[in-house]
Amino acid sequence: MKLLSRLYMVLIFVFLYAPLLIMVLFSFNEANSLSNFTGFSLRWYEELFQSEEVLDVLSNTLILALLSAAIATVVGTAAAVGIEKMRTRWLKTAVNTVSNMPMMNPDIVTGISMALLFAFAMKLFHMESIFGFWTVLIAHVTFNLPYVILSVVPKIRQMDRFLPEAALDLGCTPMQSFFKVELPAILPGVLSGFVMALTLSLDDFVISYFNTDGDFQTLPIYIFGMTKRTVTPDIYSLSTLLFAGVLLLLILSNLMQSHAERKEQRIAAAKRRARSGRRG
Amino acid sequence: MGRVILKEKMNKKRSFLRTAAAYPHMVWSVLFIVAPLIFVLYYALTEEDASGNFYFSFANITALAGESYLPVFFRSICFAVVATAICLVLAYPLAYFLSKCKVSSQRMLIMLVMLPMWMNLLIRTYSWMNILETNGLINNLLTTIGLPNAKLLGNGAAVVLGMVYNFLPYMIMPIYTVMSKIDSRYLEAAADLGCNGPQTMLRVILPLSASGIISGITMVFVPSVSTFYISQKMGNGRFEMIGDTIERQFMSNYDYHMGATLSLVLMVLIIICLAVMNRFGDEDGGVLV
Repeated sequence: MKLLSRLYMVLIFVFLYAPLLIMVLFSFNEANSLSNFTGFSLRWYEELFQSEEVLDVLSNTLILALLSAAIATVVGTAAAVGIEKMRTRWLKTAVNTVSNMPMMNPDIVTGISMALLFAFAMKLFHMESIFGFWTVLIAHVTFNLPYVILSVVPKIRQMDRFLPEAALDLGCTPMQSFFKVELPAILPGVLSGFVMALTLSLDDFVISYFNTDGDFQTLPIYIFGMTKRTVTPDIYSLSTLLFAGVLLLLILSNLMQSHAERKEQRIAAAKRRARSGRRG
Repeated sequence: MGRVILKEKMNKKRSFLRTAAAYPHMVWSVLFIVAPLIFVLYYALTEEDASGNFYFSFANITALAGESYLPVFFRSICFAVVATAICLVLAYPLAYFLSKCKVSSQRMLIMLVMLPMWMNLLIRTYSWMNILETNGLINNLLTTIGLPNAKLLGNGAAVVLGMVYNFLPYMIMPIYTVMSKIDSRYLEAAADLGCNGPQTMLRVILPLSASGIISGITMVFVPSVSTFYISQKMGNGRFEMIGDTIERQFMSNYDYHMGATLSLVLMVLIIICLAVMNRFGDEDGGVLV
């Protein structure tokens, strides 16, 4: 039984990873082929970095991801603080339901609903086109927001709720109390929300696709364009790089989290020691 | 007394300030979540005349029942149901075995399950095309050992395979989350009370993991039924799904009104699916992130 279950797990993992391994392998292919591996070379990576279009797309994607994640983190963190404090029950539920909608709705519906809004605005103000960087940015912030809120809210609940009150009683202004007391306490949640938003934004294709014009391209959109033509291995080297980037972010956020956990444990242990020391 | 009143006033002011922190988000949500959804409804219920003015019409809605859309809906739902069922069958034992692993290795294994999802969906699908196509890896292998080539791409099975591959982790995660929380004492109690292995599975583990199954089903069904890339690529464009139709209306026909109507259908479909699923399971199914 044990052997059988091991075998089953191995099989599923092979199924999950085979296509990825093939992709990484063929990104190093010498020949211009995605089915015959002739030898190892970095040729496709070199070609990638010589293409101005690719570098352009790469910088578009990074700027978009950083900016949308930053905006979503600021707005989302503030929202989480506010929502947690709301007394009116129905309002709280309503805000939560609405902000979770982009998570529940299929991407295509979120993308299209925003495209319709922008199309209508365009018609209303008789504009040539508003599709491009700004519309994609707005779309990305919108679908990033619920994930930031979701990762900040638990941290607010975990925080000692008397901390901000104590800060206020000791003469902090509400702003000071937020930045000096609360923010440090919820920072792990804020940071993991930021990383989450970053990865989602880097990865998104569907929503960006419907909210951009031909001029502003992100990596997934560029890849989509590539798969419509005859494909050369450079698409694989590009995605291998993208994957490596996301992987790095994930490892970083994991390390950050376990670091924070360890720190909390150390503090708790120190508190316990101090208490027992006083007693003894 | 006066001091208490003063303090209460200050508290009120403070809590007002704090709720105000949510205002930018609320404005944003109304502008970019609620308004767009209203526009979906608005576009679905209107048509455009020659001079570009909108007028109300049910033409789009009635067109849905026509021959060009009904088969598409039927096909989408069928593919999504089949893919979801296969995912469930594959994921359930895996989640069970995972929850039985050593706790220290579980975290690592779960990371391994989630990792492929961070590869872009387009690429994951494309790499399957590479494996399956006429002169792809499998057919190359077949040629080398002297077997005839097989046509593996461009059929329904390939589309389902694409869905299963891309969305399997969404099924594994919630089921695993619920299973790892099942108290092992329940299983011992079941054994003590005379249950054998299959009986424990059926009467104890299955009911206790139902909420995970429910959220797994929704998390696989929703992206499967609304996909447009997988069906195009793995099915060689022979199996049009709702997503494909919506994409075509927006990107090549420029019929925003019909596109909006189809999106509305998709939304209603998914709301129905969620409502049905919610009747079966309780809320804390297990959250992926």
